[in-house]
Formats: sequence, structure tokens, C-alpha cells
Amino acid sequence: MSAAAQAAPVAAPRARNAISGMQRRRRRTAWLFLSPMLLVLALVAGWPLLRTVYFAFTDATLFDIAFHELVGAQNFAFLASDPDWWAAVRNTLIFATASVAIETLLGLVIALTLNARLRGRGPLRAAMLIPWAIPTVVSAQMWGWMLHDQYGVINAVLLSLGVIATPWAWVADPSLALWSVVAVDVWKTTPFMALLILAALQLVPRDVYEAARIDGLGPVGIFVRITLPLIRPALMVAVLFRALDALRVFDLMYVLTGNSPSTASMSVYARQQLVDFQDVGMGSAAATFLALVVAASAALIIVAGRVRFDTAGR
Amino acid sequence: MPRPLRRAMGRLGLWLLVAVIVVYTVFPFYWAIVSSLKGGQALFGTELLPRDPQWSNYAELFRQQPFGRNILNSVFVAGSVVLVSLVLASGAAYALGRIRFRGRVPLLMVILSVSMFPQVAVLSGMFELIRWLGLYNNLLGLTLSYLIFTLPFTVWVLTTFMRELPQELEEAAMVDGATPFVTITRVFLPLMAPAMATAGLLAFIAAWNEFLFALTFTLTNEMRTVPVAIALISGASAFELPWGRIMAASVIVTVPLILLVLVFQRRIVEGLTAGAVKG
Amino acid sequence: MFGGVLAALCMLVPGTPRAQVTISISCSALGIEARLCREGAEAWAQQSGNEVRLVSTPNSGTERLALYQQLLAARSPDIDVFQVDVVWPGILANHLLDLSGRIDVAGHFEEVVRNNTVDGRLVAIPWFVNAGLLYYRRDLLEAAGRDVPETWQALTETARAVMQAERERGNAQMWGHVFQGRAYEGLTVNGIEWLASHAAGRIVEPDGKVSVDNPRAAQALALARSWIEAITPLGVLNYAEEESRGVFQSGNAVFMRNWPYAWPLLNAEDSPVRGKVGVAVLPRGDVPGGVHAAGLGGEQLAVSRYTKHPDEAVDLVRYLTSPAEQKRRAIAGGFTPSIVALYEDEELLAPNPFFRDLVPTLRSAVARPSGVTGARYNRVSAEFAAAVHKALAGQAEPAEALADLARSLQRIGRAGRW
Repeated sequence: MSAAAQAAPVAAPRARNAISGMQRRRRRTAWLFLSPMLLVLALVAGWPLLRTVYFAFTDATLFDIAFHELVGAQNFAFLASDPDWWAAVRNTLIFATASVAIETLLGLVIALTLNARLRGRGPLRAAMLIPWAIPTVVSAQMWGWMLHDQYGVINAVLLSLGVIATPWAWVADPSLALWSVVAVDVWKTTPFMALLILAALQLVPRDVYEAARIDGLGPVGIFVRITLPLIRPALMVAVLFRALDALRVFDLMYVLTGNSPSTASMSVYARQQLVDFQDVGMGSAAATFLALVVAASAALIIVAGRVRFDTAGR
Repeated sequence: MPRPLRRAMGRLGLWLLVAVIVVYTVFPFYWAIVSSLKGGQALFGTELLPRDPQWSNYAELFRQQPFGRNILNSVFVAGSVVLVSLVLASGAAYALGRIRFRGRVPLLMVILSVSMFPQVAVLSGMFELIRWLGLYNNLLGLTLSYLIFTLPFTVWVLTTFMRELPQELEEAAMVDGATPFVTITRVFLPLMAPAMATAGLLAFIAAWNEFLFALTFTLTNEMRTVPVAIALISGASAFELPWGRIMAASVIVTVPLILLVLVFQRRIVEGLTAGAVKG
Repeated sequence: MFGGVLAALCMLVPGTPRAQVTISISCSALGIEARLCREGAEAWAQQSGNEVRLVSTPNSGTERLALYQQLLAARSPDIDVFQVDVVWPGILANHLLDLSGRIDVAGHFEEVVRNNTVDGRLVAIPWFVNAGLLYYRRDLLEAAGRDVPETWQALTETARAVMQAERERGNAQMWGHVFQGRAYEGLTVNGIEWLASHAAGRIVEPDGKVSVDNPRAAQALALARSWIEAITPLGVLNYAEEESRGVFQSGNAVFMRNWPYAWPLLNAEDSPVRGKVGVAVLPRGDVPGGVHAAGLGGEQLAVSRYTKHPDEAVDLVRYLTSPAEQKRRAIAGGFTPSIVALYEDEELLAPNPFFRDLVPTLRSAVARPSGVTGARYNRVSAEFAAAVHKALAGQAEPAEALADLARSLQRIGRAGRW
């Protein structure tokens, strides 16, 4: 302890000492409590992820994963020269943009509807959660069954309503297939989106609306000037989480259309390289690239949407 | 237009919209139920009501394969994943949510970024890990591998809840000389019960629905979880797909989830709100 | 605390039963295929005093292969006997035991035995064979006074005429021909049938030369392209076997290309086309040198190099692929034997009358280029299926799609060295 500190009144340094000692102890406690979780995470996530990034620079095959050589950025060069890869990138970006945009809009509509004072809102909310609770493998198969061009119920209903004149090949027609996949995804995740928005809407105090009405704002004015700004932070985080999910989409395409080039996403491409072609190097390179795209998109949304990330303590 | 009429019209429009929403969300599940009650050639028809409903698809399902066992496996795996995630995450959430220390925000970002890698990407590394630990074709292998997606999520939800709790509680406990462990177990955990229920439920659903790891890390029918069992249902020969039985299995798997959702829907919404809205 | 939890969990996990010499065999999970496999394996177990354990594997071929590869790459003894598809011997060869000299394969279809021999090692024994067949509506052809088409061109013409007549009679959903057009292994088989029947080669020739970019292949693809939306629904671009069977069995198609498995199903109690269906060899191309070409399929049995009990495993394979067992499977389940002489066995022909005419089809069956392309076969197949899919969907001209394909196959095959 310095002379200056000794010269100071006795009580203050002792208190400060006590506080900083306590803080040190608390910091030690923090790491103590964190360590089991971090250890497990390092084991089940860190290690496999590092392996993947490492494999991206090798010529490893599933055939004999132990024998491989470092090949530098060769896999990435091949990736860049493969038109199928760029088609997959394009499909993924179209899919993610379209599905997230539609889900957000539709989610808003549904949330606003449910936010109106309605009897039976509870059961309604539960009904909306059903699509989300059904395993994707199952719901994709259900939709594949319903979208079948010859004996699917969708064509049967639309035909009998006179909406379409001949059966449409929803998942086979290259110009429709990607949009059918988007439609199924919208079905599956709009409820999720709607619930998040609804939760945010219900946090908006009712008297804000009253005040706006007294100021003479119409329903549209209230929505644009009051509601939207108030729920924007929640909306942006919801969009962020959905976008991260949408960019990694795999099982929907895989079950509905297999490896068809007109719908294959980046994850489907990566899996095809890794599993179908046994090319661990290429598959890992594609997966690593995908993770970079996801990270970049996340950063973009966080910055553009001014998402708050001050998570702990106030 | 007179005002009462306009209001009635508005009401009607609203209810119409609600009806459309309900049909849109519920119809596919309804269709799965209808298909599961059809047999043979009737499956290829598109009647909205089964003409003569039959339960044979359900009976077949349990006779042809250990489907009951598959359900138990899923319950075990999802249950153990929830348990382990909650135990690990509540300690971590205390540290992240209640204690200011350097590297806290970067740490949260790292935990978040773990969920950015596509599942396919960790497949080969995870397979090596599982083999190395001797957990291949063992339900514990699934429990372990599922932590990669349940743990980050649970930590995030619990951290958000934890930091909402009033400061005074902890201070009071500290004045009484309680250790952090006692503070967590005696003071926070009881208060965290709703949050734990939410996070646990969401983790349960995620684990219950997982497909890719379950397919890759188990081998025998007796060790399969339900989504894999459904995907592997096959007909009399390699190419035949028994749609009726697949739909029956889908209904059986989905009903418990729907019941869970019905019972806990308020909780789920709370959890999602905490996890995402407050970010 | 965590350890306690784990220990508690461990106790909840049921253990697997252990026996002294247990042979694990992977075969199909369900239905008659699983039952036949179980019965056969258990009969062997009884006879030899060992035990067998059946391991069910994914339904989808690519997933099953990936599982096998992961197991074999890890040198895992978890499975001793593998059921392998006709295109896998080249991929898995290094991990499989050489069975030549241990099991006699005289009398099996030669094309299959050749297919299963990789670098002089016999790595798999044929168990049953499969070949593409042309299913047709006998009643409709008879009513229209038309013969079963001999060439693809005749099929196109007949299909259009019968389809139109049926549509005029009120069945608006009637189509002419359905096949497997989804971008997967099945489309590779369909495509190679079109190519081979037009004397346009087999994508990659046995000497490693990429032969796919030729005018006859383009002609064959252009013909198939002309079917789409004329006699074939656009939806075929997403059909696998079951989707096409669904259309045909509902009475909505005149012709269908499919495997033998469809026969008993088409003639099941509640099938609308029961008794109205005929089977023929697939048509040949209407070009000089055009032949009938059926895509070769089927399953083999192979023994893992990492098995702990090679003698017992080989014995199980010998038992299951024997004439007696293949005959039992043919009678009980309609599985087409890989042993030529069985096709003259009247007991076997009684429940499967159409087997009688299969021998020429099976003898002329066209194998996919899985031997020469070895570990790269899946890539070749995926590229080929994607190119054919693009041509069928009208996203590329056939000649253009094939030229692109040839270029990428050259790259994959390192200019023919594979």
C-alpha cells in the first residue's frame, strides 16, 4: 500500500479495499460458475468446429479421414469456380430474404389481429404454435404429400375453387419450387414470428394509444408513428434470429426436393459434398464459408437494425 | 354507413381474418390426421373427410417396429438434455447476468456464434468425438451432442431472466454471509422457476425434433429416436413409402408436443420474449 | 453434482444384450424385406449355432452409404455383413473382404459379378437383382388396338394417342408415361437407360473415357424432354419410385418405368389397376444399333474387413445368397434372384409369372459406371442427374447440358484417370 493511501482517512481505503476484494472474489466466482458450461461447450462445439475449419484446408475424405494433406485454399478456389455453389448461394439468399420478409409482414398482421381484444385469444395462440411444434422432418413430409401435383390436396382444393385451371407441379416446376419451399417455411415459422411481435405489442402501454387517439391520429398513423417505433427493437432481434436460421436451412429442401439444383441451399450443398461425395475437405470449406456468410449477415442486421446488445447488468 | 353497422363489419372482418389464420396454421395437421386414417388406395384420393376411418395404420406402427421404445428413447434424450442444460446454464447465467467482469460481452457473443455454424458442419468432428468417448449408438451420445444447440440457447434465456431479478435480493443474501452457491440455490432458483420451465421446454422441443445427429450417431432400431424412426419407416420393399403409417407416426409424435404447447403456451411466449426481444 | 446426474442417467440407459459369437447384418428395416432377411439369418443361426443381430439402416440409399462409410472409416466392427447397393462395390471395396475362392459365384448373372469385382477382388456376392421394366395398361392398349411399343419413339406416339382418347372419354387426369425424374440416383438410372438404348454409351466407359457428350445422347435426352407436359406431367421432375407408382396405380398413366417391386402392389386387392397391367422390356432407341437397355439395380451382401468373426460372416453370406434361399425369397417376396437357373424353376414362376420373360432383360441390363469411377461415382451420378434434370426442365438445351456435363466430368475424373 502506498504512502499516499496510508495518509488518507482510515475508513475510506478500507471500504474501497473491501469492495475491490469483493469484486475480485465475485469475478473468481463468475469464472468458477462459468467453467463447467464453457468446458462442455468447448468439448461439443469448440472442438468439432475447429476440426471443420481445419479440414476446410485439407483434402480429407470420409473414406479415410485420418490420411489427408494440407492443400491450402484449394477447396475455396474450387468452390469459387463451381457454378452449383453459386446457384446454392443465390437460392439461399433468395430463400432467406423472401421468407424472412414475408414472415415479418405476415407475422405483424397476425400479431395485430390477435392484439385486438378478442375472446379466446389463449386457444388461438396455442393453435398458432402447432406448426412450430411439429418436427421439420414431419412437416416437410406432410407438405410434400399435400403439394403433390397429382394427388395432393392443395391442387384438389384450388382446382375445385377454380383458382387454377390445371394441376400445378409445385415442387417440380423449377420456377415454382423455391417459392413452394418458401411457402412451407412461412407456414412453419410465421407463428413464431407473430408470437414474438405479439409479446412486444403487449408490452406497449394502452394509454399510449389513448393519447395518440386524442391527438387525432388514425389507425394507420398510430401504427406508423407509435406502434412501429416502440416494437422496432424487438422486431429487429426477431428478424436477426430468423435470418440466421433461414440462411442455414437444410431439412426443408432436403425432404421436399432432394438435391435438386433449382432449390439446393448452401447447407444442402455442404452436406452433399460431405456425405454423398465423401469429400470432407470440400464440405468443410462450404460449411466454413456458410458460417462466414451467416456471421456477416448477423453483423449487417445488428448494425443496420441498431440492435441493442448490452445484455447483462444495468 | 351508420356506426354500429361499420363496427359490426369490422368485427366480422376481424373474425374472418382469424378464421383464415386458424385454417392456415391447423389444416396441415388436420390433413395428417385424415391421411393416417386412410388405407391403401384411399390415400391417393383427396376427400377432406375419410370415408371409412380405420386405425390399422396405428396398430401396424407399433407391431412393425419398436415404436414405443423409440418414444421412450426420445423422452429420455430430450429429458436428459434439458436437465444437463439447465444445471450447466443456471450457474453460467448467474455469472453472466449478475457479475460484471471483463470479457463478459465477448463471451456472450462467442456463445451466440456457436449457434451460427450449420449442423452439417460439425457432423464429422462430432462423429469422431462420439466414437472417441465410446458413445456411438448410445443415447448418452445424443444427449451430449444436443448440448451444442440447447446450451447456448438456454444460457441466453436464463441470463436475460437472471439480470431482471432485483439487486436487493442478492445484497440481502450477501449481508447474511451466504456463499454464491447458496445464493443461487436458495434465492435465485426459486425465483427462476418460470424461466427454467420456459428454457427447459424450448430445449425439450428442440431435442425432441432433432434429426441429423440422431440419424448419424445411432445404429440399431432400439436406439433410434422418434424423428429418425419416422424417416426410416418403409413399406414392403425398398421403394415403397407407406404414407398412412408415416402420417400416423407423425400424429403420435406431434400430439404430446401440442399438449405441452397448450399447457405451457403462456410460458413459451414468456421465454421467447426474454430470449429474443431483450436480446 | 454433474457427475451424479450423469451416473444417474447411465443407469437409466438400457444395455445391449451380449452373446458369444453374434454376427450383425444390416438389412432393410420393415415389411416383407425385413421379415425375409430375419428368417434367413435366423435359419442360418440355428443351423450353425451362432447368433445374428439385425441392424436396420436408413431407407435412402445415400444416407445408408454415408452411414456405412462412417462406420468403415472408423474401422468399426459394429456391422459384420453389409447389404450393399449395386453401385457401391467400387466405393467401399477397400473396406471389404475379398470373397473370391471363398464363395462360388458361378451361375449368377455375369454382369453383376463383373460389377462386384473391383481390381480383381470379388468384394460382394449378388443377393437379388433389379432391372428397369416397362409397365403398361393392357386394357387400354387392347381397347385402342395398339401393340406394346418396341421403340421409345413408338411409345411416345402410342402414349399420346391413348392419353388423348382417355381424356376425351372424361379422365382429365390421364397421362401417357411416368418415370423417376427427381434429381437423385433414380434419374441417373432412367437417364442411362435412355442413353444406352440409343447406343449413346454409359456416361463413362469402362476404360475411363467420358463418352456422354455425343449427338445420340442429345437425341435421347431431347426425346425425353419432349415428353414433359405432353405425355408426362411436369411433376415428374420431383417423382421418385413411389410418386410415379401412385400416379400409375390410380389409373392415371398408360405407361410407367419402374422396378419389379411395383408388380405385387399394382395387383393388390384395393388397386384400381389390378389385373389390367402388363410388363415388358423397356423400348430401344429408334436409331441404328439401338438396343433394349434396362438399368441394373439390386443388392449384394459383403463382409466387412473389420469383422471379428470373418469365417462365420462369410458363412452367413454364403447361406443367404445360396440358390435355396434366393428361391425362398422369390416365392415369398417376389425378389428377383441373381442366379440364372432359378428362372426356369416352375415353383418360383407360379406366383411371379412375369419372371419368365425377365432373363433377356437381366442379361442385357446396363450397369452404371460405378466400377470405373470408384469413389467418385456419387459425384458423377449427381452431376449426370443434375444435367438430365436441367434438360428435362427446359433450363438447358440437351446438347448444351451434355457438353457442360462432359467438361465437369473431365475435371472430376482427372482427364480419364479416375
